[in-house]
Amino acid sequence: MQATALIEINKLDLFYGAFQALKQVSLEIPQRAITAFIGPSGCGKSTLLRTLNRMNDMIPGARVEGSIEIGGTDIYGGDVHVETLRKKVGMVFQQPNPFPKSIYDNVAYGPRLHGITKRRELDEIVENSLRSAALWNEVKDHLKRSALSLSGGQQQRLCIARALAVGPDVLLMDEATSALDPISTIKIEELAQELKDRYTIVMVTHNMHQAARVSHQTVFFLNGEVVEYSATEKLFSDPSDQRTEDYISGRFG
Amino acid sequence: MLEMNAQSRVIAPAELGNSLRQAGGDPLDRRSRLKFFNSTFKIVCVSAAVFVCLVLFGILILMFRTGVMTFETVSFKEFFFSTNWDPENGHFGALLFIFGTFALTALTLVLAVPIAVLIAVFLAEITPVWLRGTLRPIMDLLVGIPSVVYGYLGLTILIPMLRELTGRDLADGLLAAAIVLAIMVLPTIARISDDAISAVPKKYRDASYALGSTRFQTIFRVVLPAARSGIVYAVILGMARAIGETMAVVMVIGNTPQLADSLFTPTAVLTSNIVMQITSVEFDSTWNYALYLMGFLLLAISLLLIVAVRLLQKKGAKAS
Amino acid sequence: MLLRKGLPNLSWDFLTGLPSEIEEGGGIGPALFNSFYILFLSLAISIPLGMAAGIYLAEFAPDNRFIAFIRICVEGLSSVPSIIFGLFGISLFVDIFHLDLTILGGAVSLAFLNLPMLTRVTEESLRSVPTELKNASFALGSTHLQTIRTVLIPVALNGIITGICLTAGRAFGESAVIILTAGVTTSGELWDFNLLSPGETLAVHLWYVQSEAIVPDAGDIAQKATAVLIMIVLAINLVFRVPLWMKARRMKG
Repeated sequence: MQATALIEINKLDLFYGAFQALKQVSLEIPQRAITAFIGPSGCGKSTLLRTLNRMNDMIPGARVEGSIEIGGTDIYGGDVHVETLRKKVGMVFQQPNPFPKSIYDNVAYGPRLHGITKRRELDEIVENSLRSAALWNEVKDHLKRSALSLSGGQQQRLCIARALAVGPDVLLMDEATSALDPISTIKIEELAQELKDRYTIVMVTHNMHQAARVSHQTVFFLNGEVVEYSATEKLFSDPSDQRTEDYISGRFG
Repeated sequence: MLEMNAQSRVIAPAELGNSLRQAGGDPLDRRSRLKFFNSTFKIVCVSAAVFVCLVLFGILILMFRTGVMTFETVSFKEFFFSTNWDPENGHFGALLFIFGTFALTALTLVLAVPIAVLIAVFLAEITPVWLRGTLRPIMDLLVGIPSVVYGYLGLTILIPMLRELTGRDLADGLLAAAIVLAIMVLPTIARISDDAISAVPKKYRDASYALGSTRFQTIFRVVLPAARSGIVYAVILGMARAIGETMAVVMVIGNTPQLADSLFTPTAVLTSNIVMQITSVEFDSTWNYALYLMGFLLLAISLLLIVAVRLLQKKGAKAS
Repeated sequence: MLLRKGLPNLSWDFLTGLPSEIEEGGGIGPALFNSFYILFLSLAISIPLGMAAGIYLAEFAPDNRFIAFIRICVEGLSSVPSIIFGLFGISLFVDIFHLDLTILGGAVSLAFLNLPMLTRVTEESLRSVPTELKNASFALGSTHLQTIRTVLIPVALNGIITGICLTAGRAFGESAVIILTAGVTTSGELWDFNLLSPGETLAVHLWYVQSEAIVPDAGDIAQKATAVLIMIVLAINLVFRVPLWMKARRMKG
């Protein structure tokens, strides 16, 4: 593990009403690296991802015990400002979900929320974000066009640009490539590789090869528990738990 | 406050970070302002919702309070079971209006429902797509045409026609009103039934066709029963509209306080009587109270219909 | 069906000389003015209230008894026959506030009539906005109010405007309420903004001319008034929707 831990999750339990979706999850997520969450569907990997920017707050009946510390601050503590947390911990969703606005307005949406109104600053942020998301060259001549006119892969990169535009430090990707074709998927993976030098990336994926290709650290979930987490190479070549081995060799899931 | 900024910003994109920080101004101030707006807005919304409830209860209480004063001078029995409406001489028998309202509504539905359902079937099952695309907006527009206009058309076209057909001098009455109302509620019932029929899953139809039934059989044995609760819902809404409709009825029913013994006797219903007489009575008179009581009756009937609709929807939700 | 569609067309042709009619004795100028004035006032009251209530039901409402109760109230109110609103208006304004039949009373009563429709339309339109868009906005660190204002309402606007048009069309043609609360006379001036003048509207005028008036050319006036009434109701429905159609098309293209 080359970097210091940015996020520390300590004995986290999460309940949806009576159902316990996460059990005693403890792990560390290193800074400026890619961490992948893998496991069969329903194992809690997306749920955990959503606790990192408190998107679970909006689900009625969801309740959290234990702690998640980002840079030493418990994000479920009473003094935390949720909006700022979400600004600092950006998220990209499974389905590309651009707003039905122009490409420019999509990227400028976040900065505007946070009080930036000057045209020049916005222009700059939009350009930088689109460049970071490797979309600038494709769309720079028609920023006024509807975001819905882009292809699926472009839409997803637009969503990444939108997330980057508010200046996050952490980027959460919730199966961000599962709705895309193989070529777009590779583009997003390459993008993640570039972004990891500047951002801490946590990605949920149902695709083990993707985790093996792009991540530094991999966490394997089963039934709401962390079975194993270690450097990606080690987890895939020399898993220490039998269940991990069964899963990555394709015996279930 | 998050403390992570300092340590994680080591190689964050410099321009981006700077521009954000500058424009943020005093972040605490902005945040508390946003929070304040957010909670104020929520309070505004809650009060608006509560206000809607208050209006309903205001109406209920006011109508009831004023209406009940009728019974200070008129007996319960007379109001509900007498057909002698002669306010100048102190007779307040409202039965004829109540009867008129129910008779009119029943007659309207008898006329409107079969045709409306046929139109809905036609729209949802048989019409080619392009025609459907034009017919549906037309139906929607018909729903929006003011009721006075329907009344006016009834008065100037329907009544002379009826007069000619029956050879009477006066054609105002239940039948004329029912026809006008039927035409009015037709689009409402047809559109909602149309939606209900369109919502029947295609697999039912496929299954029926796969068993070798004809289109006719499929529609009447499979599709309509499946859409039944939606159609009943449409009929009840149409009914509520027919009961509460005032102006279209006023113009064609004749407005004579006598019991309708035939389809062509000029008569009156609750709504038409209220609107014809309310402006000419003293506020503190039994006459006025009686009119309010009639209004309360109308209100009660329409609220009961809504409760019926809700029960029906609940049942439908359980079944599916 | 054909008959009813044919008639407005027939009187359209018949109507070519309308504008010169307005200033004459048998004109409909004041009634027409009152129609718009009352419509405007009632919408000015009911749109903010109805939308706020609708937003509450769609966005803030937890799933409990209180909400179920409010929902029943909205539905109940929407089923109340219009004449009841008229009676309510009389007792409120004439009996309790000791005003005569006035424009103000008519507008407020009409606003109450519109209220439940607007509430429901707003609620339904907001509910039809995909959750993904809402999540995207929250994930960028927006507050609830910001999300409602910048994402939900713009996306739901089409439905809301359509609903407002339908409501406005209905309110424009509504007569039972107006007869009872605003009366069947006008103040006789064309531009009378006084809230306490009697305010007969076009729809009421149509009824009045046809059933109560003794003018020799009553039939003529009624026919023209009908045509004007229908045209305006159609126009309300069309004019407001055309820009939306165009916008929707641009956003898809």
